[in-house]
Amino acid sequence: MATETLTIGKALNLGLRRAMEDDAKVVLMGEDIGRLGGVFRITDGLQKDFGEDRVVDTPLAEAGILGTAVGLAMRGYRPVCEIQFDGFVFPAYNQIVTQVAKIHARSRGRLPMPIVIRIPFGGGIGAVEHHSESPEAYFAHTPGLKVVAVSNPVDAYWGIQQAIAHPDPIVFLEPKRRYWEKAPVDREATPDPLFASRVVRGGDDVTVLAYGPMVKTALQAAEAAAEEGRSLEVVDLRTVSPLDLDPVFDSVRRTGRCVVVHEAPVTLGLGAEIAARVTESCFHSLEAPVLRVGGYDTPYPPSKLEEEYLPDLDRVLDAVDRALQF
Amino acid sequence: MSVSSATTEVVDPVPGAGAPHLPQQPDLVQLLTPEGERVEHPDYAVDVSAEELRGLYRDLALVRRWDVEATALQRQGELGIWASLLGQEAAQIGAGRAMADTDTAFPTYREHGVAWTRGVDPLHVISLFRGVDNGGWDPVATRFNLYTVVIGAQTLHATGYAMGLQRDGAESATLAFLGDGATSQGEVNEAMIWAASFSAPVVFFCQNNQYAISVPLERQSRVPLYRRAAGFGFPGVRVDGNDVLAVLAVTRAALAAARDGQGPTFIEAFTYRMGAHTTSDDPTRYRLASELEEWKLRDPIARVKAYLSRSGAADAGFFAGVEAEADELAARIRRGTVEMPDPPGTAMFDQVYAEQTPPLAAQQAEFEAYQASFAGGGH
Repeated sequence: MATETLTIGKALNLGLRRAMEDDAKVVLMGEDIGRLGGVFRITDGLQKDFGEDRVVDTPLAEAGILGTAVGLAMRGYRPVCEIQFDGFVFPAYNQIVTQVAKIHARSRGRLPMPIVIRIPFGGGIGAVEHHSESPEAYFAHTPGLKVVAVSNPVDAYWGIQQAIAHPDPIVFLEPKRRYWEKAPVDREATPDPLFASRVVRGGDDVTVLAYGPMVKTALQAAEAAAEEGRSLEVVDLRTVSPLDLDPVFDSVRRTGRCVVVHEAPVTLGLGAEIAARVTESCFHSLEAPVLRVGGYDTPYPPSKLEEEYLPDLDRVLDAVDRALQF
Repeated sequence: MSVSSATTEVVDPVPGAGAPHLPQQPDLVQLLTPEGERVEHPDYAVDVSAEELRGLYRDLALVRRWDVEATALQRQGELGIWASLLGQEAAQIGAGRAMADTDTAFPTYREHGVAWTRGVDPLHVISLFRGVDNGGWDPVATRFNLYTVVIGAQTLHATGYAMGLQRDGAESATLAFLGDGATSQGEVNEAMIWAASFSAPVVFFCQNNQYAISVPLERQSRVPLYRRAAGFGFPGVRVDGNDVLAVLAVTRAALAAARDGQGPTFIEAFTYRMGAHTTSDDPTRYRLASELEEWKLRDPIARVKAYLSRSGAADAGFFAGVEAEADELAARIRRGTVEMPDPPGTAMFDQVYAEQTPPLAAQQAEFEAYQASFAGGGH
């Protein structure tokens, strides 16, 4: 049966499996990804079927995972590195930013870096510190990297395969609080292109942009707004670098209003970039300034406070109200 | 100062007693003394013909001349900066010539001598320091990777590449270059853990030139560096880094062991950077002239010349020939540097990605249009 209902976690697992079947050069590397199947079980069963050389339980050192992936990529392999949690990527940050991102340009294309860096990101699971961060802007700010943030099982299944097959290094952000969300996935469909944003709900009054875990929140907000007679158009960016904003511009030119939602701290986050670009391109169509809804400029708080920290549908709706009041 | 196989035991420092004292005459592998006498080492026999020895001398003399010329070019404003290898020629030529064609080198930014042994055009190295590109050579064809400026990052690349060789069943190894300062980096330690855990065919070649810019080795390590390897579970060897024969023998053996599935080796080439870290620093601020004078007596080139002369393997004509060749090389480097064209502006957009992104393509088009707006516009 081509279509089956899958969680994001299972869709990723099946996507990884298919990528490994399709290309013997695909090697999974990370901490606890083998016998345990990863702390989120995304790689469950893969070591059993593909062996310890294809699904490598590495020593506990993130820079080592990424640095050896660079060497393997130079040798023609396609490493898929799992970083256990977002806050643990920083020991590998040097390798990602100074090496992975730059070696293609530095070598004038002689050394491709087809590396995928999988990071379960964002909050909402009641974890302790360093387990709930949103580091996308750090990576999106680095030329040479591409940054994908999936929001649903369909994009998880196809996106991970497309990212692995892609010639450039990709930071692949997985919305960990949504790993258990389900949707039907047609595994014989023709997938959308990886780097394209998508309108996931049509509407006329306000354009709401989100990616990763916040897409569901935006859709919930649109649902609630509809009950009050307000029509929100929701765009899933799907990829945060490169940004595909043409569909967003089209939408904003129609609605005249734009709200950007993400979990990361607002200051200098993706929302700032998007607001600037929407303003540059849609200035004459805008009825209100582009508004941002995001995390506060604080360290991610202890879990008892994360409901206050994270944007929820009420905060999105509040921003929508403000946009409509102009 | 005959060193031969004498052992100098390092006394562990007393805590709080100040900087640990590291030995001046350590236990190291040596095959050619500073006076140019051939000596034997029980573990590292090497049979080098007179012709090979002359070849090594030629390598040493030519890379030194290249280095001197590049330093002069920097002083004259033709290069932004230059990282001199003065004093480290034997370590680099010995290591480079120990490699098989199919082995791959992962250098720092000072391995001009190794580049030379891999057939990299000196002007391609110069172009990096002139600011024309990030290294003009082909890292795949030469098996000499691009220079890595971030300290120690390349040791992990060498290890990962070696793991790839291992998976492919290739009977080749990698040679990862690093300095004494780099041994303090976490990534270097991770590379050694990976190499040991996976028994990867990688040889870590540490040129201990005694200083990380201005900071002496004592600030990096309480023990001789080669001893660190024991903690990772593989052999560590200290070799006289100013002895091209000993470096050649030790590196050859380590690479052979790696190719043979015996895993990594750490080589500490005990040497001295006779010049500045780069043309931007001033070594007189951090070390004594007497120290330099002492190391001049262990010059890596003089001892080969003395041995070649004394053994009759080379005559005055040979040395004159090498000198003439060095003059020609220097002239070619000078001419090539001065005439080196600046890259086109669009080069910065090229190959950022294997698959160009629409936003970057738009920026490139904007840049080109802006540049074109000046053409014939009287600017």
